[in-house]
Amino acid sequence: MAKVEKTNEQISVKQNRVVEVWKQFKRNKGAMVGLIILIILILIAIFADVIWDYEADIIATSSKDRLIEPCLEHPFGTDNFGRDMLARIGYGTRYSLIIGFSSVLIGLLIGVPIGAASGYIGGKFDTILMRFVDTFTIIPSLLMTIILVSIMGTSMINLIIALSISAIPVFTRITRASVMVTRNNDYIESARAIGAPTTTILLKHVLPNCFSPILVQATLRVGTAIISAAGLSYIGLGVPLPTPEWGALLSASKSFLTRAQHMCLFPGLAIMVTVMTINLVGDGLRDALDPKLKR
Amino acid sequence: MLKYILKRIVMIIPVVVAVSLIVFFIMDFVPTDAAVTALGDGATEEQLEEYREAHGLNDPLLVRYIRYMGGVLKKDLGTSYANNVPVWDLFFKKFPTTLKLAISSVLVTVILSIPLGIIAAVKENTLVDTAASTVSFVGLAMPNFWLGLLLIILFSVKLGWLPSTGANGWKSFILPAITCGTGNMAALTRTTRSAMLDVLKQDYLRTARSKGVSDQKIIMKHALKNAQIPIVTMIGIQVSTLIGGAVLTERVFALPGVGSFLVDSILKSDFEVVTGFIIMLAVFVSVVLLIVDIVYAFLDPRIKAQYSKS
Amino acid sequence: MGLINKFTRTNVEESLKKKRQENAAAVEVENLVVQYVTSTETVEAVNGISLKLEKKHTLGLVGETGAGKTTAMLALMNMVPYPPGVVKSGTVKVNGLDMRNLTPAELQTVRGSEIAMIFQDPMTSLNPVLSVGEQIAESIILHRHLTEKEAMVEAGKMLEMVGIDPNRVGEYPHQFSGGMRQRVGIAIALACNPTVLIADEPTSALDVTIQAQILRMMKDLKEKNDTALIMITHDLGVVAELCDEVAVMYAGRIVEYGKLEEVFNHTKHPYTEGLFNSLPNINSRQQKLQPIPGLMPDPSNLPEGCAFADRCAYATDACRKGNVPVHSFSETHYAQCTAYENPEFKIRRGN
Repeated sequence: MAKVEKTNEQISVKQNRVVEVWKQFKRNKGAMVGLIILIILILIAIFADVIWDYEADIIATSSKDRLIEPCLEHPFGTDNFGRDMLARIGYGTRYSLIIGFSSVLIGLLIGVPIGAASGYIGGKFDTILMRFVDTFTIIPSLLMTIILVSIMGTSMINLIIALSISAIPVFTRITRASVMVTRNNDYIESARAIGAPTTTILLKHVLPNCFSPILVQATLRVGTAIISAAGLSYIGLGVPLPTPEWGALLSASKSFLTRAQHMCLFPGLAIMVTVMTINLVGDGLRDALDPKLKR
Repeated sequence: MLKYILKRIVMIIPVVVAVSLIVFFIMDFVPTDAAVTALGDGATEEQLEEYREAHGLNDPLLVRYIRYMGGVLKKDLGTSYANNVPVWDLFFKKFPTTLKLAISSVLVTVILSIPLGIIAAVKENTLVDTAASTVSFVGLAMPNFWLGLLLIILFSVKLGWLPSTGANGWKSFILPAITCGTGNMAALTRTTRSAMLDVLKQDYLRTARSKGVSDQKIIMKHALKNAQIPIVTMIGIQVSTLIGGAVLTERVFALPGVGSFLVDSILKSDFEVVTGFIIMLAVFVSVVLLIVDIVYAFLDPRIKAQYSKS
Repeated sequence: MGLINKFTRTNVEESLKKKRQENAAAVEVENLVVQYVTSTETVEAVNGISLKLEKKHTLGLVGETGAGKTTAMLALMNMVPYPPGVVKSGTVKVNGLDMRNLTPAELQTVRGSEIAMIFQDPMTSLNPVLSVGEQIAESIILHRHLTEKEAMVEAGKMLEMVGIDPNRVGEYPHQFSGGMRQRVGIAIALACNPTVLIADEPTSALDVTIQAQILRMMKDLKEKNDTALIMITHDLGVVAELCDEVAVMYAGRIVEYGKLEEVFNHTKHPYTEGLFNSLPNINSRQQKLQPIPGLMPDPSNLPEGCAFADRCAYATDACRKGNVPVHSFSETHYAQCTAYENPEFKIRRGN
């Protein structure tokens, strides 16, 4: 009986924390606007197949509708194959969001355990591992991604893998740093003193306390990943045409800069707005989770 | 201090060894055959085999690596498969353009961001601050290659003021510098602002005020001097990414720089160039990081003391 | 450039001369009210204090942390940090100059030359990236108009005066211990021979053994330079050793004020009494310490009436209503306490 009560109490403490953070988050107008737009974007990504027919609306060409300026029928105009830009950009939400979120997720799954182990075990192990990570960061991350993609071949999956590999060092470092801070706290000492096994200490006591900086960094990295992915598609190493990935759309617009500026304008705006909303949510999370970190 | 610098220079060697090992290892995974790249699709199997034998392509990875690193010591980074030019020469033919772009872009960034960041911090929560924050927020979310395209549309296509491609004189570096600089500007403004905000709360500024130092001098002398470390760190990171990472900007403006050539070589599977270039970039990035570390010592006597001790 | 500087300098000096009241006391504060105003609350840090300090005298400003001592003294230099700090009302005069009525340039001329301050924490009050010499020389250059080179020589002399090897002028704060840093802080404050010196708990962050050294040094320097000193402290021992007059502050008010002898030997306010009773008595170890019960009220939500009432052994219902009257016991001694409405009232000293 007593035991049950205790767990209930623990649960309610956790819930309280979530409620508290949500309350803080809600107060931040920018973050709320970001969250709402982000939810809309996610809905568009999920229901893209319902809203548009991939073959008919996205891929099918129509030579008589080539390069139409934005008008009522085509609010974002059409491309050089007569395809509606609004439909293509809308459908493209799917790719950017999938690439952004999944690459960060994979990066997290690999980077966080490595960083946690390195920070917690310390000593020689930590030194060698960090040297290795440092070596990776000497190579600019965009170049690293380009090399990885070119080796694995251009496809969306490979793009995601390459992006997550270049995100690993970031997560390793931030996890390591916050684990090293938490590791020396008194309550960790006392957990060790009562003989809790290392893995339990790591999972139950250390990692939950490193949660905030990792979550915030992860959110902000999604934006970076989306921009990098678009950049790779732009130079032809990401998602290939005719897939309506935003970077690929920009790549297609290159040849029409003098004639059809709308082809360049709207995909870029889509990237910018998406990244901005994600950053808004990230900033809001940071302020809500840790008021001390406030800019 | 001098001992520290020498020690740091020596430390670059293991970094270069490690980077080259990683690159070599990754390149070994590549399914493309260097012999095919060099001789073209028309070559017979015998010709290919002869080429491989002659260039030692059949040796084990470690043997090739040691042979390669031996060459590096003699400024020999191998020869481009695609156009039979020494990689060393290629790199230094391309590097000046990249360096010019990096320097001009950093200048734009520094000249605009630092004053903006300082003003935003001093006038925290005023209209100026909000405006600066908003601008850097937008700047951070903007893909720089897209900004480059927009600049071309405005200044080259519509107004016809500036060239959109090539590296002919300083004019052709204006748009690329702005393109590279905008994201960095956003980041540096944020860094400057938050570093200044931290410093502005410090007790020693109150001491300075109590001495009768003017507000302007407190900000420019007492505060800024203490906020320099994060600012310089950020500039260092930006320079090092610009050296190797201005790939997209170089592409958009067809600047014949290192990054752009590197991508071309990747697309052409010219991996001798890729390996050599990345090693050289690692050296330059390490040098930039070393310079940043040395600059720290001049900015903060505490760091200098630390260096002297180690 | 130099000519323009000299021109503005003369201008500022002229206008200071016009604004200065002749034959004034070193410090005169009247009805000073300072608040910290944020969007959510208003903290009443200083609630109408008045005090007067003659030239060359020393005043001890005593009270708990948060009583408003430092804020009051920052207001004296017109240096209350804004935002959120606002000086609501009152006049503050230093050497006959109304500090609230000076232009920024005039204030900068007065600060450091006529009034200077020694801060509480020597670890944070020195600029870590400037050498101690530069930090001392800065005010010498500003107020004594010497060249940088001459000022550095003077800075060396100042270091010598506070007992530090003058060859260390080029060293940085991190190369000094806490006590040494506080000496540097004193050297900075005294560099231009100010007539008024404020010392904000200058020894509270230091080891006990260093405290005595620093206090003795301050006493010597003060006597040598004819400086009027305001000593902020919560250490009554420090007050006994240095001060001519004592002001006891509680929740933003001066609750008792008088000559050292009056306040120490004829204590009138229950709070002052409480302060004495909470001191250990070295002569009788049996005697228990009597801490003052409770905490100082939240300055953003001060009660009506006497702020000390809830912790006061003598408090009656009358204490919690209306303004607390001021009772004078001599020309120089007063206390703010309702209990003295009853002429029979006497404080019972702890032992």
